[in-house]
Amino acid sequence: MEMTLPILILAIPITMFLILGIGGVYMSKKMAGVLGILGMGVTMCIAYYVALTYFFSGDPAFIDAQGLRLQVPVFDWLWLAFTNALQVKLGFLLDPISAMMLIVITTISFMVHLYSWGYMEGEKGFQRFYAFLSLFSFSMLGLVVATNIFQMYIFWELVGVSSYLLIGFYYKLPSAVSASKKAFIVTRFADLGFLIGILILSFYCKTFDFIPITNDPTSVLASTGGATFMGASVLTWALVLIFVGGMGKSAMMPLHIWLPDAMEGPTPVSALIHAATMVVAGVYLVARMFPLYLIEEASLLFVTCVGAITAFYAAVVACCQIDIKRVLAFSTISQIAFMMVALGVARPELHDGFGYMASMFHLFTHAMFKALLFLGAGALIHAVHSNDYTAMGGLRKYMPITHWTFLIGCLAIAGIWPFSGFFSKDEMLAAMFANHWFWGAWMTMVAGLTAFYMFRLYYLIFWWEENPHYKEHKPHDAPWQMSLPLIILAAVSCVAGFIPFGEFVTWNRMPYHIHIELPVAATSLTVAILAIALATVMYRKKNPIPSRLKAAMPGLWQAAHRRFYWDEIYMFITHKIIFNIICKSIAWFDRHVIDATMDGFAKITQKTSFAIRGMQSGSIQTYIVWYFLGAVLLAGITWICIF
Amino acid sequence: MELTMLWYLVPSVIMFICGVYGFITRHNLIAILLSLELMLNAADLNFVVFNRFLFPGAMEGMFFTLFSIGIAAAETAIAVAIVVNIYRAIGNTDINEIKKMRF
Repeated sequence: MEMTLPILILAIPITMFLILGIGGVYMSKKMAGVLGILGMGVTMCIAYYVALTYFFSGDPAFIDAQGLRLQVPVFDWLWLAFTNALQVKLGFLLDPISAMMLIVITTISFMVHLYSWGYMEGEKGFQRFYAFLSLFSFSMLGLVVATNIFQMYIFWELVGVSSYLLIGFYYKLPSAVSASKKAFIVTRFADLGFLIGILILSFYCKTFDFIPITNDPTSVLASTGGATFMGASVLTWALVLIFVGGMGKSAMMPLHIWLPDAMEGPTPVSALIHAATMVVAGVYLVARMFPLYLIEEASLLFVTCVGAITAFYAAVVACCQIDIKRVLAFSTISQIAFMMVALGVARPELHDGFGYMASMFHLFTHAMFKALLFLGAGALIHAVHSNDYTAMGGLRKYMPITHWTFLIGCLAIAGIWPFSGFFSKDEMLAAMFANHWFWGAWMTMVAGLTAFYMFRLYYLIFWWEENPHYKEHKPHDAPWQMSLPLIILAAVSCVAGFIPFGEFVTWNRMPYHIHIELPVAATSLTVAILAIALATVMYRKKNPIPSRLKAAMPGLWQAAHRRFYWDEIYMFITHKIIFNIICKSIAWFDRHVIDATMDGFAKITQKTSFAIRGMQSGSIQTYIVWYFLGAVLLAGITWICIF
Repeated sequence: MELTMLWYLVPSVIMFICGVYGFITRHNLIAILLSLELMLNAADLNFVVFNRFLFPGAMEGMFFTLFSIGIAAAETAIAVAIVVNIYRAIGNTDINEIKKMRF
């Protein structure tokens, strides 16, 4: 494959961003929308061509005789050369996970572009919205194809910026503004860890490139020379710090607080950025560096623990949210944590490290069905003009397309055969059980909770009790631009599970044959069906059970509803401790020491000048006398010095 | 009797001191201007003398003097114009009458 096609994948979105960003105000909305959709459509076609060529062509450049898929840097330009060894390049790395991500990103991005045409119709700043979507697509594509960790970091920050811009799209709403700031600051805080990790790693590796680092991790370990810091090896520190960057982006505890608030952005943005693509960047990062993580099992254990705690926490909180987008946000956090755990438990000796494959598989299927759920939520919000399920209920008759597609999404995320979520979740659970029964049992419980809260949401939106407001304002299905992506994504969610994913993406890039582990599959399926049955009993028709349960455990419900007070804890730490104690003392020092010194200089100058200002008498002849005396004095001094 | 440098420098110093004395003591602006010209010419004389005696082959001092005379002429024109304006404004040319530019 020649170089031009992969370049186009990056060039088209950034060109679209420039065209729509600069020229958008001179275009009609329709023109801007069509341009954005066309640009993304062409990008999608090229990305499909590139990815499918990579997977299926059998070209010896991509796959060797043993079936090992190669990592191909299609191009790699030298950009910054710090030293002969330490150089930053900008390139395009084609390997199984980046090719898979190309497909995911361009598909979801195209669906969202199309969907936004209907959803954002009549909004002010329609052209700006498309420009930002293009910028995001460019940054995300650049992130996944990065050939080195520094390039990844650059695009990592770029997706952060586009996320900030899109969350704050309704910049007149104070809540949207504060949500965008929160997302930016929290992820930036995490990226500090990422940057330090990169610096440590590159200090010891003497390179930023992924290929030498990941292909020969033991030499990296050797180059650290067994250096340790606070009881752990420096490599563990570097990997944990890099993972902290991933925790920020992927909303792992305790840095998850920005994601629920990010739902203030337009719903298509939530579907694209905060469900399908950007938030899985953390998972992608760990997957990218996986061979390194593998030689430091402590760092993998850290990944597993963070993931397991987050998955459970987010699933519990999702059961008690009223805003449907917040439910989906917490569900996203929980599912990403699922992928993290699957990565964390993957070991080469356990079925060729199939946890890695399962994690990537779930990333793929989750992107499809979570984007579907978010876009469905967008259609609902579009119809009833509210984010809360209390304004919905009984919608199945009014919005059949949304109802059926949403149901498919719920079934997929709950892990019901034959929908895609079943296959990926089954692989992940099998990998967890293979590592240790505890992880398996714990995550099976989370999977049950997932099924429960998704069906709680489904029933409260589409069944429960019909909202009386429908008589005045009859909700209806969304226009075709919005329904078509729903139908396409639902179709993908139905069949994606049958993709033999192990043939394409594994940790060592050798094909792995997926086989369903019957005991695990049966257990998870049973748990999911039981959870759905429970949700059916509780929420199918209006009944007093939920409110009675709520009344029985008011403390628990309130705590879960308020997300276990994480935001309050952060408020306490930032406002009470950082602002009040640390910042105030720094401000005192600044005002009373630094400023006071400067004021002192000014005062001395002023006092002196007041004391001697009488010398400026206005009489020229006096000045001349002084001048003459001065000149004589200088001449005298010079005379003395010379002789 | 040989004409040494001293024969030129002593009158130049006398001229200069006269200029300084006149500048400090006179009250009439025109007289102050004349004293100023005296000082300037003393300096010009020094240029010529030093050039003639110390660097006989060079011409820089001579040329500098020519420039200086030219500039002095222009400067005098401006100064006289200022004096005329002051006379129009306050009716005389006494330096003690113009002391407004002070602290």
